[in-house]
Amino acid sequence: MTIPRYQSILFFLLLVASVAMGVVLWQLRERAHQRLVAGQNSTPTQAPEVAPAEQATLLVANDADGSLVAQTHSLPLSKDPGSRARLILGKLFDLYAAPDAAHAVSGGANSVAQVFLMPAMTQTAAAPPQPDSPLPGTAVKTAQQSAEADPNSPQLAIVNLTGAFAASHPSGLETETLTILSICATLHANLPRVTEVRFLVDGQQRATLAGHADLTRTYLTADAVPTEGAQP
Amino acid sequence: MPWALAVLAAAGWFESTAGAQTPQIGLAPTAQQAAQIPVVPQARFVVLLDAAHGGSDAGASLANGQTEKSFTLALSVRLRSLLAARGIQVVTTRESDAAVDPNRRAEIANHALAQACLSLHASESGSGVHLFASSLSPAQPARFAAWKTAQAAWVTRSLALTGAINAALQQAGIHVTLSRTSLPVVDSMACPAVAVEIAPDHAAASQTVHSDLDDPEYLTRVAEALAAALIEWRTEAHPL
Repeated sequence: MTIPRYQSILFFLLLVASVAMGVVLWQLRERAHQRLVAGQNSTPTQAPEVAPAEQATLLVANDADGSLVAQTHSLPLSKDPGSRARLILGKLFDLYAAPDAAHAVSGGANSVAQVFLMPAMTQTAAAPPQPDSPLPGTAVKTAQQSAEADPNSPQLAIVNLTGAFAASHPSGLETETLTILSICATLHANLPRVTEVRFLVDGQQRATLAGHADLTRTYLTADAVPTEGAQP
Repeated sequence: MPWALAVLAAAGWFESTAGAQTPQIGLAPTAQQAAQIPVVPQARFVVLLDAAHGGSDAGASLANGQTEKSFTLALSVRLRSLLAARGIQVVTTRESDAAVDPNRRAEIANHALAQACLSLHASESGSGVHLFASSLSPAQPARFAAWKTAQAAWVTRSLALTGAINAALQQAGIHVTLSRTSLPVVDSMACPAVAVEIAPDHAAASQTVHSDLDDPEYLTRVAEALAAALIEWRTEAHPL
């Protein structure tokens, strides 16, 4: 029994059509893949920069005697002051999260969401308005602009802590006070222009850290820096 | 009339005249008696005890399931008894497990015109007793003080009171830590004010002395030392 000639031709044509359709589909797939890759442009536009390690002074709290002890650590730090402050505080909180910490607070480096630095307003807000100022806010605004221009002008640091950190912080007058004082003193030790510190939790003002220490006020770093051989 | 005695006792009339003769209620002294009794203005000495937290605010969690609010209330009651037994008038911010607003606590203290205000706290962290004076900078007394910084005019006296309490606690063999803090209740008080936080005394524990927060003997030692300090403070404030 032989296959009719027209069936052989039909089979051959169908086979060719199937192979052609497969090739077209493969090409369409490749084009779609290339379009997808082109949308996610991962071309490096900036050379990766490895920050050099620098010395940072951390004022580490000790619950046993209520003291702040200065420790020097070598850290890769950013040039940006805000990022620099966040990295230093992150290292401080890593020490507190260690199992044998003298001031045990869980959370670690991720407890600090952001640190913002801005001109301190204590001097300018307290200063009496100039007689020739047309509006009350003008004197403050001018002073703020001059403070931004002055590289030695005092700064206010706003430390935004995470809600998880505040929720897990041990409740107690001493432990909360030591956490705040160590943050203030550490910021001032590494960024001497920081003279005032305010705290936020998840971007919002909060009454207390864990039921005791006041988080609504502005802290002066001069009050937190321990004197030689003395408690804060 | 027992009810009249009770009303007068509740008003603190007896405590304010403690140390003097039993008052003759309802009887005015005769002219002869008045001439014999020298008129000595009796200085009023009032202590305010603020048991921190209360109600839904339990404060710190202490050992054996105890809460800070119950510990501070127990200490306040114990200390009030010790002081009342020595003729010192005591005003408390709470007598039960009730929530009291921080501003209300400061209002009670400022209305009492107290010569010593103690804000009582407890914690499992640290060791011994932590004494805190306000971190506000000392300021001159003013006719009208800002509510949130009313303590500024009293900081110097508060530091002196801290010293008196420190001496009494150390004499009792209790480890003491001194510091400054920003506590809204204390910062609004217009009186010599100290925040007292009691923690387990690890230094004493190494000497085989039970000094945990659930140890009644430790609580008694702390309360008696605080009472001794306040009696000494009364002597300094109102020397006879």
